[in-house]
Amino acid sequence: MPIRGVKPAGLLDIESLERTEIEGILERAHFFQPEDGQPFRRLDALRGKTIVNLFYEASTRTRVSFEIAAKRLGADTVSIAAQGSSASKGESLVDTLNTLVAMRPNAIVMRHAASGAPHFLARHLQIPIINAGDGTHEHPTQALLDARTILDQRPTLEGLRVAIIGDIAHSRVARSNVHLLAKFGVDIVLCGPPSLLPEEFEQLAPGVRLAYEMTEAIRDADVIMMLRVQLERQHEAPMSSGEYFRFYGLRLEHLALAKSDVIVMHPGPINRGRELSSEVADSQSSVILNQVENGIAVRMAVLERILGGVQ
Amino acid sequence: MKPLLITHGRVIDPASGGDGLADILIRDGRIESVGTGLSDPDAVVFNAAGAIVAPGFIDMHVHLREPGIEHAETIETGARAAAAGGFTTICCMPNTLPVNDSATVTSYIVQRAREVALVNVFPIGAITKGSLGEELAAIGSMRSAGIVAISDDGRPVMNARVMRRAMELARAFDLPVIDHCEDLNLSAGGDMHEGRESVRLGLGGIPSASEDVMVARDLLLAELTGARFHVAHLSTSRSVEMVAYAKSRGIKVSCEVTPHHFAITDEELSTYDSNYKMKPPLRCRYDADAVINGIAAGVVDAIATDHAPHAGNDKMQEFERCPFGITGLETAIGLSLAELVHKDRISVNRMVELFTTGPANILKLDRGTLAPGAPADVTIFDLDSQWTYDVQQSLSKSRNSPFGGRRFRGGPLATIVDGEIVWNRP
Repeated sequence: MPIRGVKPAGLLDIESLERTEIEGILERAHFFQPEDGQPFRRLDALRGKTIVNLFYEASTRTRVSFEIAAKRLGADTVSIAAQGSSASKGESLVDTLNTLVAMRPNAIVMRHAASGAPHFLARHLQIPIINAGDGTHEHPTQALLDARTILDQRPTLEGLRVAIIGDIAHSRVARSNVHLLAKFGVDIVLCGPPSLLPEEFEQLAPGVRLAYEMTEAIRDADVIMMLRVQLERQHEAPMSSGEYFRFYGLRLEHLALAKSDVIVMHPGPINRGRELSSEVADSQSSVILNQVENGIAVRMAVLERILGGVQ
Repeated sequence: MKPLLITHGRVIDPASGGDGLADILIRDGRIESVGTGLSDPDAVVFNAAGAIVAPGFIDMHVHLREPGIEHAETIETGARAAAAGGFTTICCMPNTLPVNDSATVTSYIVQRAREVALVNVFPIGAITKGSLGEELAAIGSMRSAGIVAISDDGRPVMNARVMRRAMELARAFDLPVIDHCEDLNLSAGGDMHEGRESVRLGLGGIPSASEDVMVARDLLLAELTGARFHVAHLSTSRSVEMVAYAKSRGIKVSCEVTPHHFAITDEELSTYDSNYKMKPPLRCRYDADAVINGIAAGVVDAIATDHAPHAGNDKMQEFERCPFGITGLETAIGLSLAELVHKDRISVNRMVELFTTGPANILKLDRGTLAPGAPADVTIFDLDSQWTYDVQQSLSKSRNSPFGGRRFRGGPLATIVDGEIVWNRP
């Protein structure tokens, strides 16, 4: 049987994590957050450990974030972009990973375009695998950093109203966030055009509801999470391209419908003018850069938990 | 060859309606007589006390991969796995390399099977050349060479006009048209059944509707042309309803279901194990229940395995890159007993029918019966022995079964083809 969740084995998804495990990571991440104007703490909790970042999909922020997190904990890191490596010469995923495992790293951080790729590997390899995003399935550290970011603005997740808007169907960020927020009793509204918002999402976790109109989704929201439109994963256009921003793009006037202290989040990279207007991205409500910063703190907590022998 | 006397078994023969303790005497590869107290001083005796003795089981839907994909399976290994699964006759789909779309390929398979296969092998010919869906294959010549049906299994004919012409020709040649019903536009990008589980796992969905719209189309074309239309591996609730309705309208339609579609559901996919990846995909509980109800209600005519071997390295990949298909010959009886008979959904007699007269009638084979004079194909199985399926010991060349390690109650004991015992449970 695969070992799932943060066990000594790694971090494959949020769905199988216990609420208490999530709370533990978020608290520890709080400890790692730097004071204003200060760099991240430097520890040597992972001195002598080697972490391989294996990225089969282009990524800047997640890869750099994992690298900095590992280095701040004293670990050695090697980052491999699969383009240009043996993977592009036809080597299978299992063979590539077996080769890497033979070099005795302590963990592998992996991003892959195929859903379940880390779960598949976890069944065949004896090494902790940390999922840095698998296809359209999950992106566990993103949901953790999003929760950390919300908790910087609100005392608790319990009872909040969170709207997640955009290409839900193809979003691993949406799935991980839905699982995480549902474990804390959040009222979740998912919103997007029908072809990007399958009805079954309502059954993904308790407390989820669907809306096909922005105004309905945003009303009284504490948090608005905008998602990138993932053209590369879509087989056909969900609607006429000019209409997308008109009906599902976030503009300043929308914010008046939400709670007065609403925060706007986005996992990045943002497409200004596609899913949200520039004014929103740069507004007081936007915490997009806080998310990036929290990414490092949360990943430090995850790496330490998996590799550091700390509870 | 010495005569064979099978004694003391419970003989179930759906063709004659017979069910009772009896002996069977086989001579020169044919059933000589069925009755009590039979004897023959020269005969080899097989004591079947406690077991069920049935006409040889027929699997009308297998992939043998020869010619062309022999690293996954050959006619010889596939036939051996069939014998170990209690099958005496298998029908092989045409998606080989080259595709079986001509008398040359058909003859090769027939000849090769005669040389190396432990069981009877009947080829199914392609509907279109190369199974490309455009130009009709050499259907008449293939029939002369030995095909028993036509199908573009796995690469369904999308063009309704081409399908119409194929059905017209098939009617003239008295061949059934077997369709793998899948609208490729609706299923594009899908790796599993579309529903709650595909949304949860982030895998592309194959909606039930992609099967249903093609079943509907083909039923209408069957009505238009008068052809005999057979639905391969039917897997959805709506398709069961439509086939039942079409039968009530007198349309010449039959259908098969696979053991995996009634035994397991899409909830098995949580581990992203590619041994749960096939087409049609494992559906949800609702569809699986509908399939079982369809079997119980008599809508379903046959159980077929869709045995689809794939070499290990092809299945050791990211889920979405793995090919579709699982092996099934060796587990079909065990799964049917477990899910249908032991759960009291159907009688064992009805199960035997689904493996014998059902497919034999669809394909018009002179098999699937224990009538005196018939070819002596016999399947002996039991209802209660405990055994575990060890997929590493499979007689197939491939290992892509999701049922490795599963414990079974009842299964095949011996397989007899043309009067010869070709397999005995070790």
